[in-house]
Amino acid sequence: MDHLDKLENQSIFILREAQKKFKKLAMLWSIGKDSNVLLWLARKAFFGHVPIPLVHIDTSYKIPEMIEFRDRYAKEWNLNLIVGQNKKALAEGMNHTLGRINCCTALKTNGLHQIMEQYDYKGLILGIRRDEESTRAKERYFSPRDKNFEWDFKDQPPELWDQFKTNFDENTHIRIHPLLHWTEINVWEYIRREKIPVVSLYFSKNGKRYRSLGCAPCTAAIDSPASNVDEIIAELRMGKTSERAGRAQDQEDTYAMQKLRVKGYM
Amino acid sequence: MPTLSELEQLAGTETLKIVMVGHVDHGKSTLVGRLLHATGFIPESKVDHIKKVCEDQGKGFEFAFLLDALEEERDQGITIDVSQMFFRTKKRNYVIIDAPGHKEFLKNMISGASNADVAFLMIDAEEGIQEQTQRHAYILSLLGIKQVAIVMNKMDLVDYSEAVFNSTKEIYSKYLASIGVKARIFIPISAYHGENVMTKSGKMPWYDGPSIIEVLDNFQAHDDRSKLPFRFPVQDVYKFDKRRIIAGRVETGKISVGDEILFLPSGKKTKIKTIEKWNAEPPKSVEAGTSTGFTMEEQIFVERGDIGCVPGHKPQVSDRFQANIFWMGNKHLEKGGKYILKLGTQEMECVVESILKVINSSTLEEISKNSHEVAKNEVAEIIISTKKQIAFDTFDEIPETGRFVIVHDQDVRGGGIILKTAQVPTGMGI
Repeated sequence: MDHLDKLENQSIFILREAQKKFKKLAMLWSIGKDSNVLLWLARKAFFGHVPIPLVHIDTSYKIPEMIEFRDRYAKEWNLNLIVGQNKKALAEGMNHTLGRINCCTALKTNGLHQIMEQYDYKGLILGIRRDEESTRAKERYFSPRDKNFEWDFKDQPPELWDQFKTNFDENTHIRIHPLLHWTEINVWEYIRREKIPVVSLYFSKNGKRYRSLGCAPCTAAIDSPASNVDEIIAELRMGKTSERAGRAQDQEDTYAMQKLRVKGYM
Repeated sequence: MPTLSELEQLAGTETLKIVMVGHVDHGKSTLVGRLLHATGFIPESKVDHIKKVCEDQGKGFEFAFLLDALEEERDQGITIDVSQMFFRTKKRNYVIIDAPGHKEFLKNMISGASNADVAFLMIDAEEGIQEQTQRHAYILSLLGIKQVAIVMNKMDLVDYSEAVFNSTKEIYSKYLASIGVKARIFIPISAYHGENVMTKSGKMPWYDGPSIIEVLDNFQAHDDRSKLPFRFPVQDVYKFDKRRIIAGRVETGKISVGDEILFLPSGKKTKIKTIEKWNAEPPKSVEAGTSTGFTMEEQIFVERGDIGCVPGHKPQVSDRFQANIFWMGNKHLEKGGKYILKLGTQEMECVVESILKVINSSTLEEISKNSHEVAKNEVAEIIISTKKQIAFDTFDEIPETGRFVIVHDQDVRGGGIILKTAQVPTGMGI
């Protein structure tokens, strides 16, 4: 059993625990590479089926290729896709020039909040990883959020021996993170091994590519000649910049991610 | 930083998970930050970012800030919750788990340590052995972590003195012996100044042992779970299509198509017909660690919680057992109290029938015999009786099915390891 098998087996175990324990369960599909890997793992866990609805929060500022990719595979893989959008905030003119933290909170966090309420989801599966940034390095696999969506990072429940928090109050929900123990390189190694489709924005065109995908105004392409998965893996092994360096909201404030995530950001 | 071709060769090699434990402020996060930085696994942008934060706080560069990301952690200079970071040496990949050293956050330390293969236990050379220095070692022994190295940090504060190192080493070795932990080595270092971290230090010529990175690479990453008897806790039974698949993870041992499988406590027996896998050739056998699914020769009734085994190597089935537990709840564990026990995928109401003895998990002092309660951070030997029979092993024989957690008020409040099946006391005919 190699390291990718080990990562895969652990993630499948977590997905099955989530599916067994939560009747009202959804999986967030951002269309990024991580959530595509997550979706692939779900098909492995459930032997070709995806018995969990996929939620995509459309901020309306996503890069158009992401939406094309979403619609194509939702159809091809016969997925139960639910698209959420904070229409009220958009109608009132919310955009990143009003402050990136405000914009992320309104269009992503609150957009998600609305969908969770509408469908009464009690469990939400997300593809975040510990190596992405430091507050995520402190996450649990099963991470409770209170009724206001808030993350109490100072008092997280113990998690040992793969016994997870699956009991909770009616007005709270649990975030489930099956990819927490993967690294960015692992994700690409797995995409290579399993031949998982990803959005072409990750591959270099005219010397630039996206390393992390988000909304068009706040996501910058990096300088890179890597035009296929092998070259991306080689680049990451040598590289010393952080994965989210192209995500402008992270740089807004020293504790931007802590502030966003406490309020329910992914 | 290794070259690209060296790194390419590393792809697919083993990963070792190491936890850093010890008393608060003895330098765990600093050592981890130093290691990540020295092995080239901190992005420049992050180093620049930390420089700026430190300047804003009027401090020199704090390696610990690479891990202590929360504003509260940096302001107070302590680690609140476990961070898991990744790095590589020429030998292999590492996950490094930085556990908090403050007593208040023991549950977070346990969450981190329970995932580790090996441990570094840090002692501040100047401050010496403290409460958590002892408690953490004892918790490691309860969690079954056998490979432990002792790191004597802040040697710069005691002028790199061999005498200080030796005297602490002598005292602490006695403590470790008393709890059955065998320290692999004692290493004198200064994490802040990088002495004995990556290479041998010139400041301590009296020490001729390995540096931190050499000790890391010398730990063994053996996984013997496949050699143990077969255990397969059932997670779920799927009927998404015409197949009826019994899903779960092989915790120990291995099994092949055609083998007999017995489920306990239900006692149902049949043979493995197929091993299912999506988008791949169906395997003929599976080993420990694999999340898999089986179809059976006969459609027997099996449900979540059952443990699959092979006849001849059965787990025990009982409704009473004796265990060592550690308690993390703010509310005391009470004799006669009702709790939820989770063992493998079994979930069962249980009662704490008796508390044989309670010990202080740092000093190992016996606090009481036949007690009525166990307070937070204490360790106790107790007898648990479950509402119905469950299947289990002793922790010594098969750790994966010999350990459990205790849930109360929706959260995991305690963990334990099974010592033996408890005899039914006279006058309690069940």
